[in-house]
Amino acid sequence: MSPRTNQMLTCREMVELVSDYLEGRLDDPDRERFEEHVAECDACTLYIEQMRMTIAALGHIPTETVSAEAERELLDAFRDWSSTRS
Amino acid sequence: MPEEEAARREAQGSGGAPDADAQLLDRLRQGDEDAFRELLREQGPFLMRLVMMHVPSRGVAEEVVADTWEAVLNGLDRFEGRSSLRTWIASIALNKARTRGKREGRIVPFALLRRRYEEGGGPAVDPDRFQGRRGERPGWWASPPVAWEEPERQLEAAETRDVMLRAIRDLPPRQREVITLRDLLGWESDEVCNALDLTETNQRVLLHRARSKVRAAVEEYLEPKAEEASR
Ligand SMILES: [Zn+2]
Repeated sequence: MSPRTNQMLTCREMVELVSDYLEGRLDDPDRERFEEHVAECDACTLYIEQMRMTIAALGHIPTETVSAEAERELLDAFRDWSSTRS
Repeated sequence: MPEEEAARREAQGSGGAPDADAQLLDRLRQGDEDAFRELLREQGPFLMRLVMMHVPSRGVAEEVVADTWEAVLNGLDRFEGRSSLRTWIASIALNKARTRGKREGRIVPFALLRRRYEEGGGPAVDPDRFQGRRGERPGWWASPPVAWEEPERQLEAAETRDVMLRAIRDLPPRQREVITLRDLLGWESDEVCNALDLTETNQRVLLHRARSKVRAAVEEYLEPKAEEASR
Protein backbone atom coordinates (compact mmCIF):
# COMPACT_ATOMS: atom_id res chain seq x y z
CA MET A 1 0.00 0.00 0.00
CA SER A 2 1.29 3.41 -0.85
CA PRO A 3 -0.80 6.26 0.53
CA ARG A 4 1.93 8.68 -0.56
CA THR A 5 1.20 8.08 -4.21
CA ASN A 6 -2.44 8.98 -3.69
CA GLN A 7 -1.41 12.13 -1.96
CA MET A 8 1.07 13.18 -4.59
CA LEU A 9 0.49 16.77 -5.59
CA THR A 10 -0.15 17.43 -9.26
CA CYS A 11 1.84 20.01 -11.22
CA ARG A 12 -1.30 22.08 -11.45
CA GLU A 13 -1.48 22.20 -7.66
CA MET A 14 2.24 22.82 -7.39
CA VAL A 15 2.16 26.06 -9.36
CA GLU A 16 -0.42 27.43 -6.92
CA LEU A 17 1.84 26.74 -3.95
CA VAL A 18 5.11 28.20 -5.14
CA SER A 19 4.85 31.48 -3.22
CA ASP A 20 3.71 29.74 -0.05
CA TYR A 21 6.76 27.53 -0.41
CA LEU A 22 9.18 30.35 -1.18
CA GLU A 23 7.77 32.42 1.68
CA GLY A 24 8.19 29.53 4.08
CA ARG A 25 4.45 29.36 4.72
CA LEU A 26 3.87 25.64 4.13
CA ASP A 27 3.63 23.57 7.28
CA ASP A 28 5.95 20.57 7.55
CA PRO A 29 3.71 17.87 6.00
CA ASP A 30 2.77 20.16 3.09
CA ARG A 31 6.34 21.17 2.54
CA GLU A 32 7.33 17.52 2.44
CA ARG A 33 4.68 16.80 -0.15
CA PHE A 34 5.81 19.80 -2.14
CA GLU A 35 9.43 18.69 -2.06
CA GLU A 36 8.48 15.14 -2.84
CA HIS A 37 6.91 16.36 -6.07
CA VAL A 38 9.90 18.56 -6.86
CA ALA A 39 12.19 15.56 -6.49
CA GLU A 40 10.22 13.73 -9.12
CA CYS A 41 9.31 16.49 -11.56
CA ASP A 42 11.90 18.36 -13.63
CA ALA A 43 9.26 20.65 -15.15
CA CYS A 44 8.14 21.93 -11.74
CA THR A 45 11.75 22.25 -10.62
CA LEU A 46 12.32 24.47 -13.64
CA TYR A 47 9.09 26.38 -13.03
CA ILE A 48 10.06 27.17 -9.43
CA GLU A 49 13.55 28.17 -10.54
CA GLN A 50 12.07 30.53 -13.12
CA MET A 51 9.82 32.06 -10.47
CA ARG A 52 12.85 32.56 -8.23
CA MET A 53 14.85 34.14 -11.02
CA THR A 54 11.98 36.41 -11.99
CA ILE A 55 11.55 37.60 -8.40
CA ALA A 56 15.29 38.22 -8.10
CA ALA A 57 15.33 40.11 -11.39
CA LEU A 58 12.49 42.35 -10.19
CA GLY A 59 14.57 43.20 -7.14
CA HIS A 60 17.46 44.25 -9.37
CA ILE A 61 15.49 46.84 -11.32
CA PRO A 62 16.82 50.19 -10.11
CA THR A 63 14.39 52.50 -8.36
CA GLU A 64 13.49 55.76 -9.99
CA THR A 65 15.52 58.85 -9.33
CA VAL A 66 14.25 62.17 -8.06
CA SER A 67 15.36 65.03 -10.28
CA ALA A 68 17.40 67.85 -8.76
CA GLU A 69 14.67 70.23 -9.81
CA ALA A 70 11.98 68.25 -8.04
CA GLU A 71 14.16 68.10 -4.95
CA ARG A 72 14.64 71.88 -4.98
CA GLU A 73 10.89 72.43 -5.27
CA LEU A 74 10.23 70.06 -2.41
CA LEU A 75 12.77 71.84 -0.23
CA ASP A 76 11.02 75.12 -1.00
CA ALA A 77 7.75 73.53 0.04
CA PHE A 78 9.39 72.38 3.26
CA ARG A 79 10.64 75.90 4.01
CA ASP A 80 7.16 77.29 3.41
CA TRP A 81 5.70 74.66 5.64
CA SER A 82 8.09 75.26 8.51
CA SER A 83 7.80 79.05 8.27
CA THR A 84 3.98 78.97 8.54
CA ARG A 85 4.00 76.93 11.70
CA SER A 86 6.63 78.67 13.82
CA MET B 1 -5.92 57.95 28.04
CA PRO B 2 -5.80 54.87 30.31
CA GLU B 3 -2.37 53.56 31.06
CA GLU B 4 -2.71 50.27 29.19
CA GLU B 5 -3.85 52.12 26.10
CA ALA B 6 -0.82 54.38 26.31
CA ALA B 7 1.45 51.39 26.80
CA ARG B 8 -0.12 49.58 23.86
CA ARG B 9 0.40 52.53 21.57
CA GLU B 10 3.91 52.90 22.82
CA ALA B 11 4.64 49.26 22.04
CA GLN B 12 3.14 49.53 18.58
CA GLY B 13 5.04 52.72 17.94
CA SER B 14 8.37 51.21 18.79
CA GLY B 15 7.53 48.11 16.76
CA GLY B 16 6.58 50.00 13.62
CA ALA B 17 8.82 53.04 13.79
CA PRO B 18 12.43 52.51 14.77
CA ASP B 19 14.34 55.12 16.77
CA ALA B 20 15.84 56.55 13.61
CA ASP B 21 12.33 57.48 12.48
CA ALA B 22 11.56 59.16 15.78
CA GLN B 23 14.72 61.25 15.67
CA LEU B 24 14.14 62.26 12.09
CA LEU B 25 10.57 63.22 12.95
CA ASP B 26 11.73 65.46 15.78
CA ARG B 27 14.15 67.24 13.51
CA LEU B 28 11.55 67.61 10.77
CA ARG B 29 9.08 69.10 13.19
CA GLN B 30 11.72 71.62 14.21
CA GLY B 31 12.05 72.66 10.58
CA ASP B 32 15.48 71.10 10.03
CA GLU B 33 16.12 71.26 6.28
CA ASP B 34 18.87 68.67 6.38
CA ALA B 35 16.41 66.27 7.95
CA PHE B 36 13.98 66.85 5.11
CA ARG B 37 16.78 66.38 2.58
CA GLU B 38 17.62 63.07 4.25
CA LEU B 39 13.99 62.03 4.12
CA LEU B 40 13.84 62.87 0.41
CA ARG B 41 16.98 60.89 -0.32
CA GLU B 42 15.74 57.90 1.65
CA GLN B 43 12.14 57.83 0.53
CA GLY B 44 12.17 59.72 -2.76
CA PRO B 45 13.36 56.98 -5.13
CA PHE B 46 11.02 54.31 -3.80
CA LEU B 47 8.11 56.73 -3.79
CA MET B 48 8.70 57.64 -7.42
CA ARG B 49 8.85 53.97 -8.44
CA LEU B 50 5.74 53.16 -6.44
CA VAL B 51 3.74 55.96 -8.00
CA MET B 52 5.09 55.36 -11.51
CA MET B 53 3.63 51.86 -11.38
CA HIS B 54 0.15 53.27 -10.84
CA VAL B 55 -0.19 56.28 -13.11
CA PRO B 56 0.16 56.64 -16.88
CA SER B 57 3.15 58.94 -17.21
CA ARG B 58 6.19 60.31 -15.48
CA GLY B 59 4.68 63.78 -15.53
CA VAL B 60 1.61 62.64 -13.64
CA ALA B 61 3.80 60.62 -11.29
CA GLU B 62 5.82 63.71 -10.40
CA GLU B 63 2.63 65.60 -9.61
CA VAL B 64 1.35 62.77 -7.43
CA VAL B 65 4.69 62.58 -5.64
CA ALA B 66 4.63 66.35 -5.01
CA ASP B 67 1.05 66.05 -3.67
CA THR B 68 2.18 63.22 -1.46
CA TRP B 69 4.99 65.24 0.07
CA GLU B 70 2.58 68.10 0.67
CA ALA B 71 0.26 65.73 2.50
CA VAL B 72 3.19 64.30 4.44
CA LEU B 73 4.20 67.76 5.63
CA ASN B 74 0.64 68.65 6.55
CA GLY B 75 0.22 65.41 8.44
CA LEU B 76 3.60 65.40 10.15
CA ASP B 77 2.37 66.82 13.43
CA ARG B 78 -0.45 64.33 13.61
CA PHE B 79 1.64 61.30 12.65
CA GLU B 80 1.80 59.11 15.75
CA GLY B 81 4.53 56.74 14.65
CA ARG B 82 2.27 53.71 14.90
CA SER B 83 3.63 52.47 11.60
CA SER B 84 7.02 53.28 10.15
CA LEU B 85 7.47 56.57 8.35
CA ARG B 86 7.95 54.74 5.08
CA THR B 87 4.74 52.74 5.49
CA TRP B 88 2.80 55.88 6.29
CA ILE B 89 4.21 57.76 3.29
CA ALA B 90 3.49 54.78 1.01
CA SER B 91 -0.16 54.62 2.05
CA ILE B 92 -0.60 58.33 1.41
CA ALA B 93 1.03 57.97 -2.02
CA LEU B 94 -1.08 54.96 -2.93
CA ASN B 95 -4.28 56.74 -2.00
CA LYS B 96 -3.34 59.65 -4.20
CA ALA B 97 -2.18 57.41 -7.03
CA ARG B 98 -5.43 55.42 -6.92
CA THR B 99 -7.56 58.54 -7.17
CA ARG B 100 -5.36 59.99 -9.86
CA GLY B 101 -5.14 56.72 -11.76
CA LYS B 102 -8.92 56.58 -11.97
CA ARG B 103 -9.22 60.15 -13.11
CA GLU B 104 -6.57 59.64 -15.81
CA GLY B 105 -8.35 56.56 -17.11
CA ARG B 106 -5.45 54.41 -16.03
CA ILE B 107 -7.93 51.56 -15.68
CA VAL B 108 -7.05 50.29 -19.10
CA PRO B 109 -8.86 48.54 -21.99
CA PHE B 110 -9.63 45.13 -20.60
CA ALA B 111 -11.61 46.41 -17.67
CA LEU B 112 -13.96 43.46 -17.82
CA LEU B 113 -11.30 40.82 -18.03
CA ARG B 114 -9.38 42.67 -15.40
CA ARG B 115 -12.28 42.70 -12.97
CA ARG B 116 -12.57 38.95 -13.30
CA TYR B 117 -9.00 38.57 -12.13
CA GLU B 118 -9.42 41.17 -9.42
CA GLU B 119 -8.30 40.31 -5.91
CA GLY B 120 -6.46 37.18 -6.84
CA GLY B 121 -9.04 35.27 -8.84
CA GLY B 122 -8.04 32.85 -11.56
CA PRO B 123 -5.38 30.16 -11.70
CA ALA B 124 -1.65 30.93 -11.55
CA VAL B 125 -1.00 29.11 -14.82
CA ASP B 126 -3.23 28.62 -17.86
CA PRO B 127 -5.14 25.36 -17.12
CA ASP B 128 -4.65 24.24 -20.73
CA ARG B 129 -1.03 23.66 -19.98
CA PHE B 130 -1.91 20.69 -17.78
CA GLN B 131 -3.20 17.27 -18.77
CA GLY B 132 -6.91 16.77 -18.49
CA ARG B 133 -8.68 13.96 -16.68
CA ARG B 134 -8.11 11.60 -19.59
CA GLY B 135 -4.42 12.37 -19.74
CA GLU B 136 -1.76 9.90 -18.83
CA ARG B 137 -1.10 11.83 -15.65
CA PRO B 138 -4.02 14.17 -14.99
CA GLY B 139 -2.98 17.51 -13.54
CA TRP B 140 0.63 17.13 -14.60
CA TRP B 141 2.20 19.35 -17.21
CA ALA B 142 1.04 18.91 -20.81
CA SER B 143 3.18 21.75 -22.09
CA PRO B 144 5.86 22.17 -19.47
CA PRO B 145 8.00 25.28 -19.10
CA VAL B 146 11.08 25.40 -21.30
CA ALA B 147 14.46 26.49 -19.97
CA TRP B 148 15.36 30.08 -20.82
CA GLU B 149 18.62 30.70 -22.60
CA GLU B 150 21.15 32.54 -20.46
CA PRO B 151 18.43 33.52 -18.02
CA GLU B 152 20.64 35.65 -15.76
CA ARG B 153 21.79 37.82 -18.63
CA GLN B 154 18.39 38.02 -20.33
CA LEU B 155 16.53 38.85 -17.14
CA GLU B 156 18.82 41.80 -16.46
CA ALA B 157 18.44 43.20 -19.98
CA ALA B 158 16.60 46.49 -20.37
CA GLU B 159 14.02 44.96 -22.76
CA THR B 160 13.14 42.19 -20.34
CA ARG B 161 12.86 44.70 -17.54
CA ASP B 162 10.37 46.63 -19.65
CA VAL B 163 8.40 43.45 -20.22
CA MET B 164 8.27 42.81 -16.47
CA LEU B 165 7.32 46.37 -15.58
CA ARG B 166 4.63 46.37 -18.24
CA ALA B 167 3.26 43.10 -16.93
CA ILE B 168 3.08 44.61 -13.45
CA ARG B 169 1.33 47.72 -14.71
CA ASP B 170 -1.28 45.51 -16.39
CA LEU B 171 -2.12 43.72 -13.15
CA PRO B 172 -5.28 44.46 -11.17
CA PRO B 173 -4.55 47.27 -8.69
CA ARG B 174 -4.16 45.23 -5.50
CA GLN B 175 -1.83 42.72 -7.12
CA ARG B 176 0.14 45.56 -8.65
CA GLU B 177 0.52 47.29 -5.29
CA VAL B 178 1.65 44.15 -3.50
CA ILE B 179 4.24 43.04 -6.05
CA THR B 180 5.60 46.57 -6.40
CA LEU B 181 6.22 46.86 -2.69
CA ARG B 182 7.38 43.29 -2.11
CA ASP B 183 9.45 42.43 -5.15
CA LEU B 184 10.36 45.72 -6.83
CA LEU B 185 11.02 47.62 -3.62
CA GLY B 186 11.95 44.70 -1.40
CA TRP B 187 9.61 45.38 1.53
CA GLU B 188 8.90 42.68 4.10
CA SER B 189 5.47 41.14 4.07
CA ASP B 190 4.33 42.57 7.42
CA GLU B 191 5.19 46.06 6.28
CA VAL B 192 3.23 45.57 3.08
CA CYS B 193 0.23 44.20 5.00
CA ASN B 194 0.41 47.29 7.14
CA ALA B 195 0.63 49.77 4.29
CA LEU B 196 -2.13 48.12 2.27
CA ASP B 197 -4.26 46.96 5.19
CA LEU B 198 -4.19 43.32 4.12
CA THR B 199 -3.98 40.08 6.06
CA GLU B 200 -0.80 38.08 5.55
CA THR B 201 -2.66 35.33 3.69
CA ASN B 202 -4.44 37.76 1.43
CA GLN B 203 -1.19 39.51 0.69
CA ARG B 204 0.45 36.21 -0.25
CA VAL B 205 -2.40 35.23 -2.57
CA LEU B 206 -2.19 38.57 -4.38
CA LEU B 207 1.59 38.34 -4.54
CA HIS B 208 1.44 34.85 -5.95
CA ARG B 209 -1.01 35.79 -8.71
CA ALA B 210 1.11 38.77 -9.57
CA ARG B 211 4.38 36.82 -9.66
CA SER B 212 2.83 34.06 -11.73
CA LYS B 213 1.70 36.56 -14.33
CA VAL B 214 5.03 38.33 -14.46
CA ARG B 215 6.80 35.00 -14.93
CA ALA B 216 4.35 34.16 -17.70
CA ALA B 217 5.07 37.48 -19.41
CA VAL B 218 8.80 36.79 -19.24
CA GLU B 219 8.21 33.31 -20.57
CA GLU B 220 6.20 34.61 -23.47
CA TYR B 221 8.90 37.14 -24.25
CA LEU B 222 11.87 34.79 -23.93
CA GLU B 223 10.29 31.69 -25.41
CA PRO B 224 7.89 32.59 -28.20
CA LYS B 225 8.97 29.53 -30.17
CA ALA B 226 8.19 27.15 -27.35
CA GLU B 227 4.66 28.55 -27.31
CA GLU B 228 4.17 27.93 -31.01
CA ALA B 229 5.68 24.48 -30.86
CA SER B 230 3.21 23.41 -28.19
CA ARG B 231 0.20 24.32 -30.30
ZN1 LIG C 1 5.32 18.85 -11.57
